[in-house]
Amino acid sequence: MSLTVDSVSKKFGRFPALNGASFVAPQGGFISLLGPSGSGKTTLLRILGGLEFADSGSVRFADLNWLDMPARTRNAGFVFQQYALFKHMTVADNIAFGLRVRPRNKRPSNSDIQHRVKELLDLVQLPGLDKRYPSQLSGGQRQRVAVARALAIEPRMLLLDEPFGALDAKVRKELRADLRRIHDHAGVTTVFVTHDQEEAFAVADLVAVLKDGRIEQYGAPADVRRNPKTAFVSEFLAT
Amino acid sequence: MRATFKRPTDDPVWLKVLLGTLAFGFIAILLLLPLALVFKEAFAHGLLAFWAAITEPDSLSSVWLSLTVAAIAVPLNTVFGIAAAWSIAKFDFTGKTFLVTLIDLPFSVSPVVSGLIYVLVFGAQGWFGRDLMDHNIHILFALPGMVLATIFVTFPFVARELIPLMVDQGRDEEEAAATLGASGLGTFLRVTLPNIKWGLLYGILLCNARALGEFGAVSVVSGHIRGVTNTMPLHVELLYNNYDYVGAFSVAALLAMLGLITLTLKSLLEWRYADELAAAHRH
Repeated sequence: MSLTVDSVSKKFGRFPALNGASFVAPQGGFISLLGPSGSGKTTLLRILGGLEFADSGSVRFADLNWLDMPARTRNAGFVFQQYALFKHMTVADNIAFGLRVRPRNKRPSNSDIQHRVKELLDLVQLPGLDKRYPSQLSGGQRQRVAVARALAIEPRMLLLDEPFGALDAKVRKELRADLRRIHDHAGVTTVFVTHDQEEAFAVADLVAVLKDGRIEQYGAPADVRRNPKTAFVSEFLAT
Repeated sequence: MRATFKRPTDDPVWLKVLLGTLAFGFIAILLLLPLALVFKEAFAHGLLAFWAAITEPDSLSSVWLSLTVAAIAVPLNTVFGIAAAWSIAKFDFTGKTFLVTLIDLPFSVSPVVSGLIYVLVFGAQGWFGRDLMDHNIHILFALPGMVLATIFVTFPFVARELIPLMVDQGRDEEEAAATLGASGLGTFLRVTLPNIKWGLLYGILLCNARALGEFGAVSVVSGHIRGVTNTMPLHVELLYNNYDYVGAFSVAALLAMLGLITLTLKSLLEWRYADELAAAHRH
């Protein structure tokens, strides 16, 4: 039941975004993909989410041929840097979206959905904001709603693409502590993309440092920090 | 005495007055005056004469034909417009710029030329003319030709309104919907459509106004058969050329009224949903 990424490659036109990236993560792990811009970390995350397609390589997750499944059947919650909330829907409708689009036989009843929305709003610490629209929320609040929306579908995997990139330092720290708490509570395998090493090391069990579409080093935060394997990693960590 | 400060963007009063007068004067002389004259001429011989002119069988049939053409062309162009805007805004493919240029083509080509294209294709001496005649299918000088010509001329309205809107909105919300398990159609109905509904509505209203008013392209393919293939604009011209001024201006007034109804509808909707519109723009 682990996540196995095996030599995944992807080119955009002639530009290689991913160049044979591989790593293995345990079920329920919290993995950070860390690297400078253009290192391929977001591309790898989007491939895991089914929003981008790999040219070669494979991903196995929970005994599934992950890359053969379309995004909508993967049941992988995705949190975007720019929130991507449905701006014409209230907070409650945003969170309930993934439940309401299920086929009728798998759709929870309306009262169950309402109950679930309330639970999730409590979990992300936004109780009572269910009737607001996204435009009436601060950036930090919007991202909390986005996390709740991704968790509503009881995802097999939670994918976060620089979720705190647009927020100020204080809110970032709060949110990442909350994210870790939420992860431990839900026990869902989480992949977190960031270019901020402090954030990556603070929140994850395992850190993959990427450069030019390849994983330079992969391991526990303490190990990576203590023994940088390549000149790039030690240089990147020094900045 | 306190010094009075002026904001850097504050223009002198005389300039404001001058620009305001120019704008209003321009609109009054070039737009409102002709419109008022149309109505004045239509009612020159009283309400009864106006009524008689528009209920005359050929006039009624022209109204009916115009509405029929619009009722077919506008929904089709709505679907085509959404499809074109969707593919341009949400997908990457080679030839995208070419497609955008093609969509603008009807705006840059004279409507008469686009009408002539249909004559070349479907006319008796045209590419398909003989085959069509053999199978007794009438496209030219009949409803299908007029619908085709109208579709061609009014194609860009919906697409042009939607493309910048959808490009600006990006794909984020659709991607989010997909990861949450929504199907393609579900995503379109629940996410894309609500986000574009205002632009879509404007596009449809503009498309409709133009479809009812189109003269050039339809004139070429219609054949001007009185009471059969004459739309309202064509009927106005025919009456005018026959020195039937009351008739011509009465039908013209009716046509103008349809346009004014469209405009009123748009303003009413804008007023009714002002909050929602503001919220959509703020995000």
